[in-house]
This record gives sequence, C-alpha cells and structure tokens, in this order.
Amino acid sequence: MQQVLEKVKAPKGGSKKSSFPKETWLTWYETMLRIRRFEERSLMMYSQQKIRGFCHVYIGQEAIAAGLVSALRKEDALITAYRAHGIALAKGLSSKECMAELFGKATGCVGGKGGSMHFFSAEHKFFGGNGIVGAQIPIGAGIAFAEKYKGTDNLCVTMFGDGAARQGALYESFNMAMTWKLPALFICENNQYAMGTSVARTSNVQDLYKIGAAFDMPSEAVDGMDPEEVHNALDRAAKHIRSGKGPYFLEIKTYRYKGHSVSDPGKYRTKDELQAYMDIDPLKLTEEKILKNKIATDAEIQSIKDKIKAEIEEATQFAEDSPLPIAADLYTDNYVENDYPYVRD
Amino acid sequence: MALKLLLRDGLREAMIEEMRIDENVFLMGEEVAEYNGAYKVSKGMLEEFGAKRVIDTPIAELGFAGIGVGAAMNGLRPIVEFMTWNFAVLAFDQIVNNAAKTLSQSAGQFKCPIVFRGPSGSAGQLAQQHSQTFESWLGNVPGVKVISCVDPIEAKGLMKAAIRDENPVCVMESEVFYAMELEITDDGKRTYSFGGKKFEADGLMPQDGEDVIVPIGKAAIRRAGTDVTIVTFNKMVFVALEAAELLKAEGISAEVIDLRTIRPLDHDTILESVKKTNRLVIVDESWPMFGVASEIAYQIQKYGFDHLDAPVTRVNSADTNLGYSSVFVEEYLPNAQKVAEAVKNVMYVK
Ligand SMILES: Cc1ncc(C[n+]2csc(CCOP(=O)(O)OP(=O)(O)O)c2C)c(N)n1
Ligand SMILES: [Mg+2]
Repeated sequence: MQQVLEKVKAPKGGSKKSSFPKETWLTWYETMLRIRRFEERSLMMYSQQKIRGFCHVYIGQEAIAAGLVSALRKEDALITAYRAHGIALAKGLSSKECMAELFGKATGCVGGKGGSMHFFSAEHKFFGGNGIVGAQIPIGAGIAFAEKYKGTDNLCVTMFGDGAARQGALYESFNMAMTWKLPALFICENNQYAMGTSVARTSNVQDLYKIGAAFDMPSEAVDGMDPEEVHNALDRAAKHIRSGKGPYFLEIKTYRYKGHSVSDPGKYRTKDELQAYMDIDPLKLTEEKILKNKIATDAEIQSIKDKIKAEIEEATQFAEDSPLPIAADLYTDNYVENDYPYVRD
Repeated sequence: MALKLLLRDGLREAMIEEMRIDENVFLMGEEVAEYNGAYKVSKGMLEEFGAKRVIDTPIAELGFAGIGVGAAMNGLRPIVEFMTWNFAVLAFDQIVNNAAKTLSQSAGQFKCPIVFRGPSGSAGQLAQQHSQTFESWLGNVPGVKVISCVDPIEAKGLMKAAIRDENPVCVMESEVFYAMELEITDDGKRTYSFGGKKFEADGLMPQDGEDVIVPIGKAAIRRAGTDVTIVTFNKMVFVALEAAELLKAEGISAEVIDLRTIRPLDHDTILESVKKTNRLVIVDESWPMFGVASEIAYQIQKYGFDHLDAPVTRVNSADTNLGYSSVFVEEYLPNAQKVAEAVKNVMYVK
C-alpha cells in the first residue's frame, strides 16, 4: 500500500498558484460534491430497500469525474463499467433521472430497466453502464471507430477498472485501436482492488499504464485524487487524440472508500490504508484550496452546498413519487419492432 | 441420522472431500481463495489446501478456463469456479470449442476431466446481464455433462460425481439458494428452509458415515402424486412444490420431479411418471425457445404419446431480457400461481 501511495504524488495543498480560472475550480467542486452526496444518499436508500440488486458507489473516485467535465467536450462519447453513477452525473445526466433509475421507476434514465449498473443516455453520449467486466473496452474502441468513420473531431472515453485490465479483450482492443489510430481515450481507474483482489495479486506488472508500451500507445500514470492533475492529463491526451495520432492510455490512480458493492465489508484492506486516502480526499482538499487561495468565498462554497443538498433532496423525492414501470414493458425494447412475435405460452 | 446442511456447505464438503482423496483436484477462480469465495462456497479451503490448490485468478474467464482445460488434458482434475455463469460466457470458447471436443478431436487420446461450476439463474433485481439461466445453452452441447441441483445433500453427491467424472461437467448452482438449509430429522422427514419459507419433500437419505455419491443422469421424485407430473430443476423445484401445495388444496395431486441432471436427461423417470399421471407440465427458468422444456416436451410426445391426456405444457421465464425493476422480475419468472394455472389447463379445470 505504501508503495502505491508514494506513486500517487502528494497533494500540493495550495502551495502552487493554480492557472485555472475560478469557474473551473467551482465546476470541479460542484461535480465532486454532487457525486459524493448522490452516492451517500443511494447507500442510505439501499439500506431502506428502496434500491435493490447490486449497487456500486463511486465515493473516493470523484476527482476523475471532475476532470472529465472540465477537460472534455460534450460531444465526446463515454463508456464505463457498472460503477457508473458518478460518471453518468458528470456526463450530464440529472440527479433526478439517476435516482429514479436506482429506485426502478419509470422516470429513470432507462425507465427502470437497467438499475444501478446500467445507466445510459443517448442524449449525453453516455454509452453505459456495463456489467460484464472488461466488455466495454472493445465497445469503446468501436464507438471511437464510428467517430473516425464519420469524420468527426470527437473521441470516445473508455473507462475500466484495474481488475478489468486483466481481461483479454483489453489487449485485442488496444492493438486494433493503435493499428487503426482510433480516437480512443482509454482510462484505467486503478482503485487498487477488484472486489477483494489487490492489483499486486493479479499480475507481475503493477503499473498498469505500462501495458500501453507493448502497443506503442502513449501512456501515463495520473494522480486521481486531484482534479487538476486529472484535468491536465486528460487535456494532453485529448489534444494528442484529436490531432489524429490515435489512442492514449491513462492509468488514473484512485481509491474507493466503500466496499466493492453494498454487500462487501471490505475486510481485505486495512483501516490505515483507507485513512491514508481519506486524508487526501479530493473533495475536502479542493474545498480547502479554494478557500485558502481565495478562489471563492465561504458564502459561494456554502451556496453550492445548499444547491446540491436541495438537488439530492429533490431527486430522492422525485424517485419516491414516480410511478413504477408497467409489467407489459418487459416486452418492449428487446427488439426494435413493436410487433415482434414473442413466445408466450 | 439427523442432518442439517446449507447448499453452500454441501458443495464445499464435496470439493474438500474429493481434494483430500485426490491431490490432482484443485480449485481455481475469482475470489475463491483469500476472499473465501464471492458467495462463500469455498470458505476455509485456502486454509486447508494452501495456495497451490486453491487459486485466486485475475478477472480473465477465457484465460483461466483455458488453463483449466490444458491442465485437465495433462492429467489434473481442475474445478473452475465462475462467479456466475453469466461471466462464463467469456469462456464458452474453451468450454464449447475445447473441453467438449478434446476427446472427440483426439480420437480418445486426450480426456478433459474438468468441472466448471457457478450459480445460474435470476437472483433478484440484477438486470439483463446478471440474470441468465444457462442449462439450455450448455444442454445443447455434445461432449459436456450438465448438472443443476440445489438440494444440499444431493448437490454434494452430484458434485462429487462430477469431480470423479472423466468428462467435462458443468455444474449449475444458485446464488439465492446457497443459504438454503436442508434438514433431515431422525424420522427421515426432509425439510428445506429459506427466506422464511419451508418445504417438505422426498429425496436421498444418506446413511451414517456414507460417502454420498449421486449418479449423474438420474432425476429424483421430490413429491409423489397421481394427477399431473411437474418436471423441473434447480430453484424452480420450490416453485413446483409451492404450486403442488396450492393444487392439493383444490384436490389435485401433483408429482414433482427434480431433474438434477440436464445432460444426459433421465427420460425414463419422466416417462414412468407420465404413464401414471397422463399429464405433464415442465417448469424451466431458462428462456422458452430451444430449451430444456422443449426437449422434454419432444421426448414425451414421441415416446409417451399414447399416455398423454393433454398437450404437454411448459412454464418458462419470459421470452425477453430481464429489466431491473421489481415489476419486471415478477412478470418474468415462473411462479407457483403460473404453474398452478398451467396444471389446471392440462387438467381441463377452471
Ligand atoms: C466478466 C466478469 N467477471 C466477473 C464479474 C464480477 N465482478 C464484478 S465487478 C468485479 C471486480 C472488478 O474490479 P475492477 O475492474 O477493478 O473495477 P472496480 O470495481 O474496482 O471499479 C468482478 C470480479 C463480472 N461482472 N464480469
Ligand atoms: Mg478496481
């Protein structure tokens, strides 16, 4: 663990003057706060059995979402795994439609059909919400392929965990993406664990960014506890990709504070390890930096807090008040045709 | 002999007992060792057998299934755990193209004695990708055997048979039933309890100290009856038993058969029952088209035609993907009411 922490650069704590404007700082702060509060609420709602099934929260990893909001364009596509709530919110989905989805309601972002693992939004070019570990890696390359094919200037961000990096699909996709110079930004969110399995236990190579070297793919490790660092890395990667030179790979080192899913007590790691990351919590440090460097006032921060609090409250009420889908909708969306002849015994 | 056993414990005992007997048996899969299994089936096994024989893999289903196949071809007897069968889809290349075909391709020179195991079927609101049932998929493949049984003691006996089998065997378990408890009291009464429900049924009664082996390919009659035969497997056995209780209240006596093995299929037990009841309803959690239920229906119309008083009927999951909302789960799965309805249809009663 110590090793891992050392590799993540120590937070700057406001020692260096930031070159980012106030709006950017506040965007980061607001994005992270929204996700944190949303996830805390979803855990609470899970314990009240309003949310069922699997539920994987993003707490601890919010700085990555913050960087995505500021460094990329709305037109860029994005695909991720089942730990999708935070990324979906960052991509522009509303707290309301996300919470309603968790509640399995008709007003959810996929009408109650997907739940926690399968948020999607065509409007926001958010391609899910994918439950099979690693499957989104080739799909992300394919989304990038389509952007290139259509001649756009957009890229596709493909996000996956450290565990997913062990799937064969990654190696096949990296190779093709590089060979075909696809506008693909691959991001490994290395939160150090795949369920109860640490990175160290699944490979000789613990610096996941090195995987890119076998394909001559530009690759780097990034401190994922700092939105500024994340933004800068994403910006470099996006410029490279948009210049037509092909894919880029970022291993963003981060940490999940909660268990793998609601049912995981997380006994495979120490309290000290968790505390070490909570000490460099991106939300807390960003707030401190903003105030210390007088980027914004106490009152401005407080008004963001109030706004998010009200937003999450409203989202939860909306989810609660929304209707369930109708049973007949089991027979919609399996095929494009509405008159598909299902077997009904 | 009084006995109490959870499904997850029965499965574990089978693996442990076989690993004690045969040092070529080993267990491999995601989270099976240090985490004691995602569903605690392999709890304590790392401690007893060490990291050589209880092996945590990376998330790489295709790769570790293939490593299992190679090890089996070269003299070992791997047990490969998939966290669920949904993830085994990544490994179907190795199961279907290799494990199932090694003996045939090599004209009998290479055997592939491997067990692929994990839970199959819906486990509540887990949505499309985590709710699939695989008995019909794999039941279609020559070269593999397929087991699907959640009775704790018989699942144990079948698991032991699977580990000793010289062929690849796919074992389908149940995520929601790992915690189901079977109790056999001294008077031989057999009770299953789970989620606040209790069911009584018939089944194997192990003798003290006996090495329980349940032969692959034999169905079990869980409840004797005279008016209709309900054939089913895995957790749907309890749906059938619940339906049988509902029907009893209406004066209908249903016989419930637990297939236990999907491939090879025990036609004889089904046919014998149908000869007695003249009516057959199949309850199968897999999708309706081209599945276990269709195959049984074919066999019985072909070989039991003269004994049937009504068309064979099936109750499957819906012919759709399964969405997350509770509303969809309710609509999608077979339940006791749907089964009782189907039975009344074949009995021509309202
Ligand atoms: C193909 C496949 N295998 C196994 C699983 C079960 N599973 C779900 S999440 C997970 C761990 C993934 O870890 P990682 O990629 O590091 O992502 P994180 O959960 O840390 O975000 C596993 C094994 C799955 N969903 N899909
Ligand atoms: Mg991880």
